[in-house]
Amino acid sequence: MNQFIEVQNAEMVFSTKKGRFHALREINLGVAKGEFVTLIGHSGCGKSTLLNLIAGLTLPTSGALLCDNREIAAPGPERAVVFQNHSLLPWLTCFENVHLAVARVFGASETKARLKERTQAALELVGMGHALAKRPHEISGGMKQRVGIARALAMEPKVLLMDEPFGALDALTRAHLQDELLKIVARTKSTVVMVTHDVDEAVLLSDRIVMMTNGPAATIGEIVSVDLERPRNRVDLAEDARYVHHRKQVLDFLYTRHGHVEKQAA
Amino acid sequence: MVSAVFHSPLQAQAEARAARSDPVRAGAAAPATTPPELPAVRPAKPPFDGRGLALKVFPPLVGVALLVGLWALLTMKGGVFPTPAATFAEAVKLFSDPFYRNGPNDVGLGWNILFSLERVALGFGLAALVGIPAGFMIGRFELLNRMVSPLISLLRPVSPLAWLPIGLLVFKAANPAAIWTIFICSIWPMIINTAVGVQRVPSDYLNVARVLNLSEWDVMRKILFPAVLPYMLTGVRLSVGTAWLVIVAAEMLTGGVGIGFWVWDEWNNLNVTHILIAIFVIGVVGLLLEALLVSFARRFSYDND
Repeated sequence: MNQFIEVQNAEMVFSTKKGRFHALREINLGVAKGEFVTLIGHSGCGKSTLLNLIAGLTLPTSGALLCDNREIAAPGPERAVVFQNHSLLPWLTCFENVHLAVARVFGASETKARLKERTQAALELVGMGHALAKRPHEISGGMKQRVGIARALAMEPKVLLMDEPFGALDALTRAHLQDELLKIVARTKSTVVMVTHDVDEAVLLSDRIVMMTNGPAATIGEIVSVDLERPRNRVDLAEDARYVHHRKQVLDFLYTRHGHVEKQAA
Repeated sequence: MVSAVFHSPLQAQAEARAARSDPVRAGAAAPATTPPELPAVRPAKPPFDGRGLALKVFPPLVGVALLVGLWALLTMKGGVFPTPAATFAEAVKLFSDPFYRNGPNDVGLGWNILFSLERVALGFGLAALVGIPAGFMIGRFELLNRMVSPLISLLRPVSPLAWLPIGLLVFKAANPAAIWTIFICSIWPMIINTAVGVQRVPSDYLNVARVLNLSEWDVMRKILFPAVLPYMLTGVRLSVGTAWLVIVAAEMLTGGVGIGFWVWDEWNNLNVTHILIAIFVIGVVGLLLEALLVSFARRFSYDND
């Protein structure tokens, strides 16, 4: 398998008011086409920073990032991002939010009717076909996140980047959306890079789990390959020995070897 | 809490309807001597939320009554200050013919207000035309912000009247100078609020724009403008308030026709009654301007609809 996304020796140093902050060092990672990779680690370990690098929202201090053999120099619609807090534009309806993205990507080549079809289809894919005319403040958090996912999927991106997409949701809604995401990804065969801090979510969804050490100067500690066939069912997996083993592997890394160090009071 | 005791109006209506369609039953419920409709209609009165309405209407009325009472008390012995009754009588006379013209220096109250409003509209309109785009630029480009923010901080607190001589010098006429004064005083809230609004646009929205690769024009149109609109309208509201404050002072100095000039003219005539009426009118017009813009702002703000 050729690597679709390649991160080569990426370093990230932020210059803040308090001085330089070395966020990431020596990140080397490849993601194959159609692969589902999660980034997991304690808060502040730079997993979102890494995702932003892949998105092109920030540029690395040194090193290189490639997507489909081209350097990532800026954000673009081929790498759609689902943001942590949905980031829907509150003055647009659900339909308009998705349509904005669709029109930007396909507007030059397709008819208006086709753009509307695409928008509608994307919203129906995430089960939001009933709320086209609703504004974000009229729907629940889970629904907003679905629309955010629909907006990203509607662009038919080469890569779907998700920054803790279900972090702000309650456990039941989260489980439901995870199942939906599994189905959607199975259908669209998307390449996905997702940031999470939920061990179960990581094992359930991923082909590989990238575990990051604690910051500052965080790097990739270990990578677990999840060998569980798809489609996956969370209820069946709960007692599956391999699932339990992978779960233990991640927990072991996060809590035994790289337990979260509380910041020393300055 | 009180309303829980009462019947709901719907229920009362239903009862009234039932009473009309079935006089025998209603009549049976009522004392034999009264007409059949009365007992069923009676419960329709209590649902009126008397206490809530009274709390809304009563205190303001008491406030006004106290002011007028105090005024009447203080002017009882006579003096230069007119009594409330005399002022009211004079006001009725003024308001009954607001649009007369007896030469350039003696026109009706209505004309005076309209001329003032015209100056405010011109000065304020020009300020919006310049101030809002300027605010957008300042908010969007950090370098520009650093360049002009000390200037704004320096110029903003300057009294409106200090700008008037500059206007007279440049335009060599009273009317443009008054408009210029309005312009320069009402431009700051619009620049500052718009700029702050642009700076406070959540970075997530801008990240969405970046991921979508929107052009700068589309970012302005589809993301910045709607996001900034509530801030902008706050600026506009403050500006109109300022403009209306400034016009009276400016007109006192420049003369011509206008509510401010009228106040000064009546002072020269020692007509205190008219000055009191003018104060009241200026207050009411300011209040109306504010209310108009608040309702306008509410229509366009996306978070409370």
